[in-house]
Amino acid sequence: MSTAQASKNCITLKGSAQIIVEYLKYGINSILFQRGIYPAENFSTSQQYGLTILMSKDEKIITFLQNVLTQTEEWLSKNMTNKISMVITNAHTKEVLECWEFKMQAELGDGKDSSGDPMKTTSSKELARIQNEIRDVMRQISATVSYLPLLDCICAFDVMIHTLENTEIPKEWDETGEVSIQNAQAVKLRSFSTGLHKVETVVNYKMTS
Amino acid sequence: MSQFNFVSDLQNALILDGETRGPPPRWQKKLEASLNGSVNTTRSVLSVSYNTSFSGVQAPIKTPGKCADAKANKKQTPTKTPGGGDRFIPNRAATNFELAHFLVKSEKGEEENNDSNENNVKASAHKDERQKLIAEVAQVPESGQAAGGSRILCYQNKAPAAPESHTNPLKVVYSIKTPISTKSGSRYIPTTSERILDAPDFINDYYLNLMDWSGDNIVAVALGSCVYLWNAASGNIEQLTEFEEGDYAGSLSWIQEGQVLAIGNSTGAVELWDCSKAKRLRVMDGHSARVGSLAWNSFLVSSGGRDGLIIHHDVRSANHKISSLSGHNQEVCGLKWSTDFKYLASGGNDNLVNVWPLALSGVGTATEPLHQFNEHQAAVRALAWCPWQPNTLATGGGTADRCIKFWNVSNGSLIKSVDSKSQVCALLFSRHYKELISAHGFANNQLTIWKYPTMVKQADLTGHTSRVLQMAMSPDGSTVISAGADETLRLWNCFAPDPLASKKVSSVKSMAKQSVFRQSIR
Repeated sequence: MSTAQASKNCITLKGSAQIIVEYLKYGINSILFQRGIYPAENFSTSQQYGLTILMSKDEKIITFLQNVLTQTEEWLSKNMTNKISMVITNAHTKEVLECWEFKMQAELGDGKDSSGDPMKTTSSKELARIQNEIRDVMRQISATVSYLPLLDCICAFDVMIHTLENTEIPKEWDETGEVSIQNAQAVKLRSFSTGLHKVETVVNYKMTS
Repeated sequence: MSQFNFVSDLQNALILDGETRGPPPRWQKKLEASLNGSVNTTRSVLSVSYNTSFSGVQAPIKTPGKCADAKANKKQTPTKTPGGGDRFIPNRAATNFELAHFLVKSEKGEEENNDSNENNVKASAHKDERQKLIAEVAQVPESGQAAGGSRILCYQNKAPAAPESHTNPLKVVYSIKTPISTKSGSRYIPTTSERILDAPDFINDYYLNLMDWSGDNIVAVALGSCVYLWNAASGNIEQLTEFEEGDYAGSLSWIQEGQVLAIGNSTGAVELWDCSKAKRLRVMDGHSARVGSLAWNSFLVSSGGRDGLIIHHDVRSANHKISSLSGHNQEVCGLKWSTDFKYLASGGNDNLVNVWPLALSGVGTATEPLHQFNEHQAAVRALAWCPWQPNTLATGGGTADRCIKFWNVSNGSLIKSVDSKSQVCALLFSRHYKELISAHGFANNQLTIWKYPTMVKQADLTGHTSRVLQMAMSPDGSTVISAGADETLRLWNCFAPDPLASKKVSSVKSMAKQSVFRQSIR
């Protein structure tokens, strides 16, 4: 009985990366909608984590996120990235207005067969529990509207992936610099863990006096 | 001199162990030349200053020209010469020739042994340090460069910016002009309050339900730790109870008929009070945290707590707890039985609306919700059942949502959703008109009357200076009382029956029923 259960709730590094990338997909879309960056009519509802999440219908945004997140998943499953940041900039002045940071911290997991090889660690955390934790973060993301300043300009967003120094730059990717926000305030939201990765969500925004 | 240039170029080309670099920049060539040839003091100043200044950290970076410049400046003229390009233009006025000469003399032997490669390395090491310093000063959090061993990558084909015509829909939340022009409806609605009552210490908490109007025309309201009764007919004020230090009433609800008031308190208990005698009848516990919502269904009182539970209490029996519903995982802040008492609607801080069907036994509800609506993007506190369509439920969301949504609970479909442009705190259907009134928060703190089902705005009732937390309707259905976070209660005579229409109604309906409720409100 116990062995059956163990094999049932077994999350590998790859699976953990999948869960996180899925969270990023829904999280980023939710931010795009909640912060009013794109017109509301370009979003359609989608059910996930027991929530209604609004997802962008814009083809270009979908392809962009698809490409970025596929690459992210690959790096995550090799533990080669520790932070993803979603940067919201003023499309005209290029000033950085807001930066959502998703910090990933590798965890040891609790799999019994972790024979020293970090790529083979597993976690037995239940998916439902992880999704509940994610749901709480998603709710917090939509609740941020009440305190974040209004983005009263045409905005664009970008996703930056913080990787190890020896990471090869894939085709169609560029190396870029750290962004900084003038007079920044940071708010840390809840975190969740897959057992192999702990994901923290932080929003940095520009304080307006 | 040209032969020396050639030799140094050749030397550089033969160095194989270093980083592959382009040809050395011009300043370096000149430097070489000047060192190999006769000593030119001014030029040497440059070379000396960067040679002496640091220990070589082995971090090769490609372009040394700029930083060597900057370095030299730092030592002697910290502000002037613009760095950039491969040229060094000495600022003679600021150059300390004596010091330079001394340094050249004392370091000369060592200097000659240094080949350009080493210069290069040292200069770049300095660049690293300088960047680190700049990063620290600029307060770049955890700069990738400074932390070492990380690079930031981004995808080349960026997502498009929002179209130029786009304006942030959230803008309405921040920048509504006050007052909004309102479309005048088909009937006259007074837009100012008829009467204002002071409500000091009214708790400004979105999750509590602190006012109710009974069938006997008594308004119960909780102010701070006290519960007061205001007789709307006579104007009498009575203090019903006062909670002990730190405790307070989280919700008040009158039984449909009679003078029994249920009070959900901050300790998680539901108290029943006979208000004609100002006596507490019983205390029913069950919640582990404060009770923020209550709803009566004849002998049954349902309570929703901060623990996310909804408990049905049978007030007649000693063993009062009938069932407990766990459909919410955060505070339950809205609870309403439908007008035909077939469904119970609950709204929570988890943005969910649950609709519970009547239990098979006929007492309480089933423990699994019939419908779960998760379309709201914020906490749902405002719930109202339509009196003329018993299966229509109206729900309103908080700041992040601002929508009023209508649901058909028979099939669980969304009938309509309207963006009210402000936090929705309470909803009520009128009994006389096919209309709906909603209470709002920032920016106008108004009550809005809507035509149903078209949802055309009829009137905005303004007056509150802070968000309107609670609304209740008088037993005759003509007056609405609103409680605001500005610590006032306001009475609005917005659903006064049309004298012509009411004549027709009264001739049809029995007068006996009317007479119970036709009590004037002073």
